[in-house]
Amino acid sequence: MDSFKKMQGLVAPLDRSNVDTDQIIPKQFLKSIKRTGFGPNLFDEWRYLDHGEPGMDNSGRPLNPDFILNEERYRGASILLARDNFGCGSSREHAPWALLDYGFRVIIAPSFADIFFNNCFKNGILPIILDAATVDKLFADVAENPGYTLDVDLEKQTIVTPDGEAIAFEVDQFRKHCLVNGLDDIGLTLEHVEEIRAYESRRQNEAPWLFQSAENQ
Amino acid sequence: MAGKTLYDKLWDAHVVRQEDDGTCLLYIDRHLVHEVTSPQAFEGLRLANRAPWRVDANLAVPDHNVPTTDRSHGIADPISRIQVQTLDQNCTTFGITEFNMNDPRQGIVHVIGPEQGATLPGMTVVCGDSHTSTHGAFGALAFGIGTSEVEHVLATQCLIQKKAKSLLVSVDGELGRGVTAKDVVLAIIHHIGTAGGTGYAIEFGGSAIQSLSMEGRMTVCNMSIEAGARAGFIGVDDKTIDYVKGRPYAPREEYWEQAVSTWRELHSDADANFDRVVHIKAEDISPFVTWGTSPEMGVPVTAAIPDPGSEPDPVKRDGMVRALTYMGLKAGTPITEIKPDKVFIGSCTNSRIEDLRAAAAIIEGKKVAENIKLAMVVPGSGLVKHQAEQEGLDKIFIDAGFEWREPGCSMCLAMNADRLEPGERCASTSNRNFEGRQGQGGRTHLVSPAMAAAAAVNGHFVDIRETK
Repeated sequence: MDSFKKMQGLVAPLDRSNVDTDQIIPKQFLKSIKRTGFGPNLFDEWRYLDHGEPGMDNSGRPLNPDFILNEERYRGASILLARDNFGCGSSREHAPWALLDYGFRVIIAPSFADIFFNNCFKNGILPIILDAATVDKLFADVAENPGYTLDVDLEKQTIVTPDGEAIAFEVDQFRKHCLVNGLDDIGLTLEHVEEIRAYESRRQNEAPWLFQSAENQ
Repeated sequence: MAGKTLYDKLWDAHVVRQEDDGTCLLYIDRHLVHEVTSPQAFEGLRLANRAPWRVDANLAVPDHNVPTTDRSHGIADPISRIQVQTLDQNCTTFGITEFNMNDPRQGIVHVIGPEQGATLPGMTVVCGDSHTSTHGAFGALAFGIGTSEVEHVLATQCLIQKKAKSLLVSVDGELGRGVTAKDVVLAIIHHIGTAGGTGYAIEFGGSAIQSLSMEGRMTVCNMSIEAGARAGFIGVDDKTIDYVKGRPYAPREEYWEQAVSTWRELHSDADANFDRVVHIKAEDISPFVTWGTSPEMGVPVTAAIPDPGSEPDPVKRDGMVRALTYMGLKAGTPITEIKPDKVFIGSCTNSRIEDLRAAAAIIEGKKVAENIKLAMVVPGSGLVKHQAEQEGLDKIFIDAGFEWREPGCSMCLAMNADRLEPGERCASTSNRNFEGRQGQGGRTHLVSPAMAAAAAVNGHFVDIRETK
């Protein structure tokens, strides 16, 4: 996983609540057995006027002019400004893969769905929760100021606006540590092999049926 | 000291180690695997030259991509076919038990786990699927995970987790005639909102929940994620134990009594404290129908579509307006005037034997209405299908004009060939009414199996309490 320390990025607003993972990446693209290449199909049903299928050449597809990410001023955005309960629905990690592949490294919203929130951290995306009033103000500022960018500093846990205002944000310290250092969770867990083995042997005594092999039936 | 909640008991029993900030390494007893969220995890194992930690803790089945029609020629869609073949190959390579597409036990992962006894009380159960909460019906801590976590469980048999807050949803009283587990959970989601359970693990309790069968309890726990909660569960009682007994993966005889005495403790203590408690009166719940594009957008069948104009919150109001436009509906329209084009009875929410019996009881001796283009039943597993056929339910469905299909996820998410066309309206027993969920431009109304069946034979939604 790529580490995340700080970045400056163009902000794109997606002004609707309960954006679900079926919208972020529709199901037909989940048939891929890879974890890359989902970017062109991010928000596929909102972004294009035709029906998308895996394997299509997306460069020639008709864009929906009413979809905000298709506006010229938001091209190249790397920070997504969103509303409540962003990422609700399925556990598909294809959703953060698609956002990352498109170029988003930060998502700011008043709240996120739990599984999506967790999946972001595993893929080098920083989801930031800000209070609803601050998010409202950011939506207004982005709309009024073409080319609106934010400076996001994970180590300092601050967002700095173009006029120098600093907004602090909270982040779980373990997740921050992993993201700043680009650490692989599995590697960390495998430092505790002995403890896992000890737990297993204790459990095997307490609840032996949990370790009976299904094949023995 | 206050007593423990069921969540405390399940959590504490699985902590391998805990950091000072509360981050835990949590042991996973059962890992269920399907074809969509696992290929990248297996690939990750291979790239890191790692092997599964405990092969026998895994059970795999293809369900999302499988055809529900004749399977003798395999899967027509080459991309779906490759994904299912990849699961087959990964299970063979790593030695994981798989019920492949042609195994009589194949079915939806959340149906076969309990059916096989692979889901047991007191377990931690995970799967790369948000509806894993289904297994919480057995007094298990069960939740959906992403693909990185699938790889993590395969490699370490553990997950790095922080404990959620606890929410008790207590449904007390007696459910009225025609009111099912599906209506209960849709009413709960409507009450607390689609993000109401975010950050919480939900325990469902109260006399109305206790009165539900295991199938009904699975329906309720299944939709916990539609209220935002990763996990939802119900304490163990005699029904739980009776259901598990004798199943292929249930504890062997020498362990049975020991297991049962442990399971009897799997309920919240009388003096346990919850972070939040919500009470709902069973008598207030009616058969429910969703009208919008979020599971919280539902009303009793006797109601009309709500008016966005009376919603004070501007973001919510915009969401309602957008939903009504997408759904092709107008505020004030009575629910009973809505006419579906298709009817889907199936999904991990409502495809078990009890669901099929409830639907069959409504349609017996009747015919699917002329305006319904397609009515289909997709049993949750090969064993559910077989049992239904033993009971003659297939004949009832087929005689009425339903299609009787092979098991799988099917039109719940339309990854296989079963889907809605743009603008088509569906009475569906599934769990999500998101835009495009059942096919791009498709319009989903979530209902119980009995309500879906009644809509099929009447050609519009009806209050099943007014039928027979």
